[in-house]
Amino acid sequence: MATHPKETDPAIRVKALESLLTEKGLIDPKALDALVDTFEHKVGPRNGAKVVAKAWVDPAYRQRLLSDGTAAIKELGYSGLQGEDMVVLENTDEVHNVVVCTLCSCYPWPTLGLPPVWYKSAPYRARVVADPRGVLAEFGVSVPETTEVRVWDTTAELRYLVLPKRPEGTDGLSESQLADLVTRDSMIGVGVVAAP
Amino acid sequence: MNGIHDLGGMHGLGPIDREENEPVFHEPWEGRAFGLFAATVVFAGYSVDELRHEIEKMGHAEYLQHSYYEHWLVAFEEVLNKRGFVTHEERLARIAELEKGVH
Repeated sequence: MATHPKETDPAIRVKALESLLTEKGLIDPKALDALVDTFEHKVGPRNGAKVVAKAWVDPAYRQRLLSDGTAAIKELGYSGLQGEDMVVLENTDEVHNVVVCTLCSCYPWPTLGLPPVWYKSAPYRARVVADPRGVLAEFGVSVPETTEVRVWDTTAELRYLVLPKRPEGTDGLSESQLADLVTRDSMIGVGVVAAP
Repeated sequence: MNGIHDLGGMHGLGPIDREENEPVFHEPWEGRAFGLFAATVVFAGYSVDELRHEIEKMGHAEYLQHSYYEHWLVAFEEVLNKRGFVTHEERLARIAELEKGVH
């Protein structure tokens, strides 16, 4: 059998590792259950949406967020693994920011959760740096020619969160109503936030 | 190191496939693989960089043909063997047993 038997069902390969590590007392399957539950149900783009909504309604928070993203995001309780060093990129009429990790899959876990498959896929990683406007169009985002598009390549150490533009006509909405409008894709930069 | 993982600007990789309402994990084993990372990273004394290095050493065709969590699996199998926590021999023996339905 090859060292990494690709023909074997990956579920069996994972089970082999998990069962051996459990028998050796190195891991507790219940801890794995809790980790899976956390990332399936507790950590995800709703966290990032709360950061964005707060920045929209609180100018002082917005300033803190743009000058020290890590600290400002931590104020809302989001920090830790794969979010240790955060930079927030503000979308404006002048600049539209898009995030990728060309080398792998780096993504801000505490604010966005685990990345979707397309973000980790070869086609997105290859094309968004070469033809960002074309990729944005595929995602349904049309950026005016007068707006500069900046593509940010994430590293293992530093993660980006896009602060999307607040949609017109939302002056009367509360912070939590605004948060409900914010999509995951808008915080990666491949979406815009639509008015309700 | 350079290699197939350095994908920025490469042509011919096909369309970007997106999935509406994508689940966090597509199969239960993906969740277990993810949990294994978080559960072993501290005691096994490796870093995310070391995992990624193992992934970057994969053959080019192999890298493109296999999914994200399959990349992780290769990396775990290597790192845990190197550290002596789970050797290739005992792991392959366990896989053979599991395939026969022993466990």
